[in-house]
Amino acid sequence: MNSFTNIYKTLNYSKYSYFRRLNLLQVCKSRVTRHHGLATYSTDVKEENEEMHTDSEDNHHPGYDYLYSGHIPTTRFQKTLLAIGSGITAIVDPARDDMVSAFGETTGYFALQRLREKMLKDPVGRQILEERPILNSSTLDIDYLGSLPENTFGKHYWKFLTKNGFSPDARLPVQFVDDDDLQYVMLRYRQIHDLFHTVLGMPPHMLGEVIVKMVETFQTGLPMCALAAMFGPVRLGPVHRQKYFTTYLPWAIKCGSSAKFLMAVYYEKHWEQDLQEFRQELNIIEPPPGIGRKKKNTENAS
Amino acid sequence: MAAPMVKRSSLIINNIFSNYIRKNISKCKRSISFSRVNGGDNTSQTHFGYENIPEDEKEERVYKVFENVATKYDLMNDAMSAGIHRLWKDYFISKMAPTPGTQLVDVAGGTGDIAFRFLNYVRNEDSESYNNQDRQFDVETPPELRSISELDEISESGESKTEKAKSFVTICDINQAMLDVGKSKAENLGFSSETCFIQGNAENLPLESNKYDVYTIAYGIRNCTHIDKVLQEAYRVLKPGGRFMCLEFSHVTYPLIQQLYDSYSFQVIPVMGQVLAQDWKSYQYLVESIRQFPKQEEFVEMIRNAGFKMAKYENITFGVTAIHSGFKI
Repeated sequence: MNSFTNIYKTLNYSKYSYFRRLNLLQVCKSRVTRHHGLATYSTDVKEENEEMHTDSEDNHHPGYDYLYSGHIPTTRFQKTLLAIGSGITAIVDPARDDMVSAFGETTGYFALQRLREKMLKDPVGRQILEERPILNSSTLDIDYLGSLPENTFGKHYWKFLTKNGFSPDARLPVQFVDDDDLQYVMLRYRQIHDLFHTVLGMPPHMLGEVIVKMVETFQTGLPMCALAAMFGPVRLGPVHRQKYFTTYLPWAIKCGSSAKFLMAVYYEKHWEQDLQEFRQELNIIEPPPGIGRKKKNTENAS
Repeated sequence: MAAPMVKRSSLIINNIFSNYIRKNISKCKRSISFSRVNGGDNTSQTHFGYENIPEDEKEERVYKVFENVATKYDLMNDAMSAGIHRLWKDYFISKMAPTPGTQLVDVAGGTGDIAFRFLNYVRNEDSESYNNQDRQFDVETPPELRSISELDEISESGESKTEKAKSFVTICDINQAMLDVGKSKAENLGFSSETCFIQGNAENLPLESNKYDVYTIAYGIRNCTHIDKVLQEAYRVLKPGGRFMCLEFSHVTYPLIQQLYDSYSFQVIPVMGQVLAQDWKSYQYLVESIRQFPKQEEFVEMIRNAGFKMAKYENITFGVTAIHSGFKI
């Protein structure tokens, strides 16, 4: 069966329902109907047909882990419902990060395809898609990052992680994207989010998040980013809101549209590079002052 | 709706699929597993939703499912059935029609829905019972009948002693998380003195034999590995004359409604589970386990085989839920 996952990496509803119908009707359903009543006896029941050795393949659920581990195939109707439900829940309770992820995955179909095309055109992006680097605590040496000299990208990232108590493992795996490549693009986007914070110099409070989301909207085109950037300012306090609209929003728009394609950057190779130099390479305008981490702003509304 | 490219590619896929199936149909047929088939290492297999797992694993996996959903259990019930599950449970208790003084054992009754409804019903009956009204008649008995009425008074006081037996519910569940939720609900509602929460396996109840008037299991029996053992245990703990009642999701009898029900179950319920309880897979298991449960007639046969008499069933809401009942006579 593995050859078939290679042949068709994209899954649309008709293929999915066909597979389920075939699988369940031809193989599982005969199993399914026999289980009525029989599986529930504790004593041995005489069988008419001989029993055969079950394949190990049959033992896992026919639906899960279809294209990648952690994959839950969903129909278009389910995706719509999930998008609406997760969108509402994410606004009502922003602490539910799994809802934000689900919203991004279910609404990002076209944006993810566009992103993948863009990444394939860029040589570094193509390399990332082929090698599929993952950012987690086993691939990332936090102590090494801490030992780098000041003003390097790696050191700033280390400061970001340690001062805010983040771990690179905290990003949820992708579940609802029905394509192996696009699943990786979504995962990469999620893992790079913290790196965006560092490169743009934004702390992780509500204002910083909204600004990063605004830049990401221009860079990725994901509807989740656009909606977060539009509705996020509703939760800001008056001081932050004023700062946002006068200084940071124009900067974010300029920065997001003029910077190089940030998804196609192999961040893991730039830890030792000086941060200002890195920003210049990426065409990122230096962020306006006043948002540093020197004093924790007590007026943020998150 | 499908673009020509997709149609062509799906035709190609169809061909490849049917070739594969044709080549491997013998292998597929052989791999159809029956309930007692031996796996590679001589373990027997059972169903867990649409999955096949060794029997020993099923209990553990069901435990994990309910541990994950325990805190959101009531909320999800209300969301999935739009509150109708309350009506089903109320109807169940009205079918039971318990009298005050009944000893109930509610198995797989973790969060206590049936137990609390039972206690409310019995309390209401107690307050407006006709027995009390009878005793309020103040009629003077004529002298010829006074000797006989004296005997009546003695027997009345005897009756009043036995009638003071309080209705009591023993709630038994295999999952401690569900029991904890039930215990806190009981405290909030004021039922702590009339309930008792015990952790135990329905296939092997830690209870004495011949002790209970009614045995109920509501939406729990499909999660048990061996239903016949559960029925045998039910027979054991009931008093002679006791009643076995089971409320369970069952098979819809009308095809059109069955299609609607299937679409709703498979399309909407796991999504609700993900949004409200952050758990897609538990609710997918729930929906699949409903399909795996025996049909109404088969289950009635199993109840009869366990020794119960007058075994019958009643469909509610076109068969979405069914009440099965039997007496230990």
